[in-house]
Amino acid sequence: MVINPQAFIDVIPFLIDGLWITLYITIFGVAIGCVIGTLFGLMSISRFRIVRFIAVTYVEVVRGTPLLAQIFFIHLGIPALIGHTFDPYITGVAIIGINSGAYIAEIVRGGVNSIDKGQMEAGRSLGLNSRQTMRYIIWPQALKVMIPPFGNQFVISLKDTSLLSSIAVAELMYSGRQYMTITFSAFETMFMVCIFYLIITIPASLLLRYLERRIDKS
Amino acid sequence: MIKVNELHKSFGDNQVLKGITTEIKAKEVVCVIGPSGSGKSTFLRCLNRLEDITSGEVIIDGTNIADKSVNINRYRQDVGMVFQHFNLFPHKSVLENITLAPKKLGKGQKAELNEKAMQLLDKVGLREKAQAYPSSLSGGQKQRVAIARALAMNPKIMLFDEPTSALDPELVDDVLAVMKDLANEGMTMVVVTHEMGFAKEVGDRVFFMDEGLVLEEGTPEDVFTNTKHERTQEFLSKIL
Repeated sequence: MVINPQAFIDVIPFLIDGLWITLYITIFGVAIGCVIGTLFGLMSISRFRIVRFIAVTYVEVVRGTPLLAQIFFIHLGIPALIGHTFDPYITGVAIIGINSGAYIAEIVRGGVNSIDKGQMEAGRSLGLNSRQTMRYIIWPQALKVMIPPFGNQFVISLKDTSLLSSIAVAELMYSGRQYMTITFSAFETMFMVCIFYLIITIPASLLLRYLERRIDKS
Repeated sequence: MIKVNELHKSFGDNQVLKGITTEIKAKEVVCVIGPSGSGKSTFLRCLNRLEDITSGEVIIDGTNIADKSVNINRYRQDVGMVFQHFNLFPHKSVLENITLAPKKLGKGQKAELNEKAMQLLDKVGLREKAQAYPSSLSGGQKQRVAIARALAMNPKIMLFDEPTSALDPELVDDVLAVMKDLANEGMTMVVVTHEMGFAKEVGDRVFFMDEGLVLEEGTPEDVFTNTKHERTQEFLSKIL
């Protein structure tokens, strides 16, 4: 096999376009995931059984099915049922949101549960109600505990967006595949695709480790 | 001030309090002693409903707080609590620990509450630690901050749940000294403790609890010297 050095360079503009889409989908998707995750995470520690049941069901369904199956279910399955198709980019953001939301729910639940129950008792004994205690005492402490696993989830979701190439979302992976089908430079293209993912994920990991060290100190 | 009527508490099938009836008067210091598992802490925690009351009444200033319809948060403001493990808020400075609840509950202006907190820190001998974080304090200091935090709400009653049990022996006296001052100022106090010296010296009355009941109650002299029950004698002989 002959390596074409020029292909490493020529693919870059394609990949930059794809990278932006990857980042947009990840950021918007995970932002939605944060809202869903916070809601369902708090629901999973509710006093009410039915509320806990709903949250646990959601988490288990999402965690128990492959992301690719979720993508096809929402992109092909649901439109077939309701007779209306959605823009694949909207679908992509929604799927990343729904998927990361389940994992973030678990992070939220774990974070809140990791705070000693004496903290809640101390707040309540001072006359704060449960919402005030949650907001001023439990939540700020839980948030700190949640930062490292949340960062981890961000990186996972970023990589997960590559599966959206299967529904023609022109993110990083899809852009690479397109270039590859034109040029047949499979090695060069896929090598560069991996490099582009690493350009995001390695700094993200370093930032995470730095944050973890700072949190350990405080 | 506090009237307890046939107080029962169960955790599932496990009956922890089996019908306690007693009365605690204003300005009285009551020390609760007894073997572990006798229900001392549970009794104390029922007095501000940190534990739901299974049946019976706990009447504070004429209001039965066992009644689910009372606004318990309002009553808890009048009943301070100090815990065995301090439970300071680790993400807040000492000063913020003290002012958090009064601020959020609208008990005054910021400057005024800060000033009050500094006075409380003076009282517990920790003015210089106002800006410190709990993790940098010794156990005894933490517990004194916890007392100041409870006092910041101007409670009428203070509950202490084994406040010195988690402390190194040499740090116990500082905490007891603060509690003694508080008793001398006329605070109504209920203290679950293993410090028999404190109970004898500061307590107006001593409750001996065993198996979910107040088996014996009276002045420290009654309980420690003229002990009536065999169980009390047995317990005291082990601990003294």
